[in-house]
Amino acid sequence: MSSVDEAVRLHNAVVLLGSFPALAEASLVVKKGEIVLISGANGAGKTTLLRLCAGLVPLARGEATVLGFNLSTQRREAQAHVGILGHANGLYLDLTAQENLQFWGAIVGASTREIALSGERMGLHTRLLGTTVAKMSAGQRRRTALATLIIRRASLWLLDEPHAGLDAAGRDEIDNILREATSAGATVIVASHELERAGALATRRIEVVGGAIVERGAQ
Amino acid sequence: MTQHPISTMSVARAIATKDLRIEWRSKVLVNQVLPFAGIVMVLFAFALDNDGILQRVAPGLVWLAVLFSSLIIVQRTFAIESADNALDAIKVAGVSSAGVFLGKAVALVVQLLLFECVLVLLSLVLYQVHLSWGGAVLLVTVSFLANIGIAAMGALYGGLGAAAKGRETLLPLLLLPAVAPVLIAATRATESAFGVSGATLGEGWPWVALLAVFGALFTFGGTLAFGVLTEE
Repeated sequence: MSSVDEAVRLHNAVVLLGSFPALAEASLVVKKGEIVLISGANGAGKTTLLRLCAGLVPLARGEATVLGFNLSTQRREAQAHVGILGHANGLYLDLTAQENLQFWGAIVGASTREIALSGERMGLHTRLLGTTVAKMSAGQRRRTALATLIIRRASLWLLDEPHAGLDAAGRDEIDNILREATSAGATVIVASHELERAGALATRRIEVVGGAIVERGAQ
Repeated sequence: MTQHPISTMSVARAIATKDLRIEWRSKVLVNQVLPFAGIVMVLFAFALDNDGILQRVAPGLVWLAVLFSSLIIVQRTFAIESADNALDAIKVAGVSSAGVFLGKAVALVVQLLLFECVLVLLSLVLYQVHLSWGGAVLLVTVSFLANIGIAAMGALYGGLGAAAKGRETLLPLLLLPAVAPVLIAATRATESAFGVSGATLGEGWPWVALLAVFGALFTFGGTLAFGVLTEE
């Protein structure tokens, strides 16, 4: 497999949180178009793995390449193609959903139509779009956050517990969006405890155990 | 599936508009910062209960109240970024860090200007200082330029401390020494605007030039340093 086909390549990657090795010589290759499920116990290093791929934590040792960009030297170039949705939603609580989408549209140069479509895709109807995020339910906030990821047009989607707080319809919609995103060429890495739900979506599963990555094979 | 290239100025405009919209909606400046500054000004008046002394030190008191209050405004500006971890999302978006810095600084300048209008009016009443038309022109110029310096340093150190533990105490420790030159120059120029301590209007303008230099230097330095300092 050539590096052109790879979305992520880690080789003996070490990430330190203080002096604690949150990732300990982790190695991983993710091909473009894959949906990879990351499982593992709390504190195993799932979130750190996602944050490393997003260039949000520095690599202490080893090698890390995301979408062909070396994270040690080309972190910002890589970040321009990456979208991350962590435990928090990255929204502005005092703004309405529509204002949040407009802000992200302005930041990345999306058109008014793209902004409107992202809201539609996530089921944000007119009344919800005009609601302040602080007054939204957890699921509604999650949908709004995912709509901002759609606006971002990311090539690598990094999602930490994306189904959390969503109702059945919202979960199905997320699965559909992720499948569509991969059909359009994106790569998705999902960290989740919901192995049944996320496993059905994923093409492959890996497990993070004590900061190391263990391959669990195709789904 | 790539983003359209977007200019630093467009990012700055988006950030500034968003910050001002949030402030307009939350009214933190009006409901919390202004009352705090008002109380500080009144306490100064109580502590220095002598008209002669109050008038002489009024320029310094006004700018001290501005500096203390600016700490709250700067912390609030970055608290909205960390409340739902939007700062991470902005970092990952790969947008120009100079644009983020400039947007934050512009929003701070606007908030500080509105804030100072009220504070100066309060000082005219509380400290009974006289302000001529020439003094008013000088004071508006001083406020604008001093705000640029305070806002630039506030945006830089606010961003640096946003993700740090103990940011509430870290920000004053970083920001207050950095803006001390602005405090000195703004106070001297305001003495001329108020006509206290024997200062004339003409003596204020060289301080204005110095504030312009500080503002330009701080903004230039902040634009270069913001991305590096906030990256980790």
